[in-house]
Amino acid sequence: MEFFLQLLTTGIMQGALYGLVALGLVIVYKSSRVLNLAHGGFLMVLSFLAWQFADEWGLPMWLGIILVLAISVALGYGVERVILRPLTGQPILATIIVTLALYEGLHGIQVMAWGGFTQAYHGFIPETPLTLGFIVIEQPYLWSFLVAIVFFVGFLAFFRYSKQGLAMEIVSEDHQIARSLGINVKSVFAQTWVFALFIAAMSGILYGSLHAITATNADIGLIKALPVVLLGGLESLPGALVGGLIVGVVEIVGSGYIDPLVGGGSQDIIPLVLMLLILLVKPYGLFGWVRIERI
Amino acid sequence: MRPAGTFDVDYARDMAIVRTRLQWIMLAVFFAGLIALPHFSGVYWLHIVSTTGFVLIAVLGLHITTGLCGQINLGQSAFMAVGAYTAAILTAKLGLPFLVALPCAGVMAGMVGMIFGAPALRIKEFYLAMATLAAQFIIIWFIVHIDAIIGMELTGGAYGLDVPFASIGALVFDTPVKMYYLIMAITLIMGLFALNITRTRVGRAFIAVRDNDLAAEVMGVNLFYYKILAFFIGCSFAGVAGSLQAHYLNFIGFEQFRLHESVWYLGMIVIGGMGSPLGAVMGTVFVRGLDVASDNIAPILSATFPFLPMNLVMPVRMIVFAIVIMMFLIYEPRGLAHRWRIFKASYRLWPYAY
Repeated sequence: MEFFLQLLTTGIMQGALYGLVALGLVIVYKSSRVLNLAHGGFLMVLSFLAWQFADEWGLPMWLGIILVLAISVALGYGVERVILRPLTGQPILATIIVTLALYEGLHGIQVMAWGGFTQAYHGFIPETPLTLGFIVIEQPYLWSFLVAIVFFVGFLAFFRYSKQGLAMEIVSEDHQIARSLGINVKSVFAQTWVFALFIAAMSGILYGSLHAITATNADIGLIKALPVVLLGGLESLPGALVGGLIVGVVEIVGSGYIDPLVGGGSQDIIPLVLMLLILLVKPYGLFGWVRIERI
Repeated sequence: MRPAGTFDVDYARDMAIVRTRLQWIMLAVFFAGLIALPHFSGVYWLHIVSTTGFVLIAVLGLHITTGLCGQINLGQSAFMAVGAYTAAILTAKLGLPFLVALPCAGVMAGMVGMIFGAPALRIKEFYLAMATLAAQFIIIWFIVHIDAIIGMELTGGAYGLDVPFASIGALVFDTPVKMYYLIMAITLIMGLFALNITRTRVGRAFIAVRDNDLAAEVMGVNLFYYKILAFFIGCSFAGVAGSLQAHYLNFIGFEQFRLHESVWYLGMIVIGGMGSPLGAVMGTVFVRGLDVASDNIAPILSATFPFLPMNLVMPVRMIVFAIVIMMFLIYEPRGLAHRWRIFKASYRLWPYAY
């Protein structure tokens, strides 16, 4: 029982972070129907950038984070303008390939700039774990959980109450209607990419402080975030959080019990197996929109 | 469009792939070049051409699944791994001959492909891309962990497997030159198959499914059957390619079959032009050429800029690939094959514009 509760707590903390990563995917998909498979690549490169500022150049961590967030905003705008906008209206395969190519390119940039080494942020979040009764919580987990929740609440409020957020909702409904209401769809696309990369930077720094800053962090955008968005539904913001929590709990609890049987490493595929099951049973997820097709 | 003065006077000529005398001459020159290549190229170029050969088989398979039938497959290299490991286990552990192991590898990869392609009935586009992406990671994970799960030595886990030379009867393909001929022969057979499938009932059904699957179903195409068949054929190609790779390198490990390779294969059919066998060939050759160019640029870069890391081959390849894919998708989404068609049409009409 204690073992289970411990796994459950860790799973929830981990799951909130997955939800945050997935939020970046959902925001872009909602408005422009582009599934950004390169999200993990951006996350990884931005987390290395934060390490470069804070640990290599000795800037204070808060300044490093602000710099990285500023860069992520510029990067998001640039990527949308230069790469994705010319592809508007192309078949879906084009956006899949172009984001996968971006993912490869970002990997290449990472190896070129920082080599294949694993790094860590030093003196960012204290290492000493907190204990709650018999449950042990490592501080990076707690911080990432809190930041993820704050981000979620912030974005939900933004989409609910702000004018720009509502414009994004309308764009996700129908581009033509949005245009006729006087919404600049192109600028909404740019805004969503800026938000997505902002989220990627934040979740990258959190993930890096939680585990390690390595090139394989890029894969969480694929093998963790995709199951989350599928489970929650590709169009739903709260779905990303719910999906994230479920995937995190299933992954941590499942691997806690399965790992001794298979010799470890089951953490990497439990979310994917879950994703296949969702695809077979309920492909549009818990809160996704079921689209009806006509000839 | 036909060259001027070429008329189809009987049905056989109407169906022919090679139509004019010039095409026959060019084909003969091409075959002569293929046969003569090992005698004047060095070891390095022979290696490049041989590896391009089995990569081409995998890409032709992807061309059938994705280019013809429109079912996105992001896990082609994992299916290649299934074929490679099947061939390796059958020849190294069970001692079966190469000619038995090769089709077994193809069928095994095809069956695994059918399992992961089965969701294609209900889902498509992004959702199917995700299912095949999951296949990529799950298959490789199983290859690494299956030894620990079943408690006996099968795939060699993270260490990989040694694979014997391919052999047919007393003929052992133990030199790069012999292996080159074997790979080229099988590549030509598979290439002919991929070329001809477009002109069969199955190929036309694939194209109908790709263009609009609902309309295809209304016209009487059994969607489930043809989508699964597309996965089976495409993944069998990958299995054959994997088997050849295993026998060529005499060693297989899980790190030869990453997502990276799958993306590369997808990139090849995009650069070549979707839905055209010629495009698959052109794309493969073009991207392999880019890789070779990157391999040669990388040492120059690290010598010129000392602050860069020493081994730049992989990052340069990745960045060049990413940039080229983006340029193609933005400026020529229909690929090299389309450019080639335009060129052919214009030289046949020359000096008139149309």
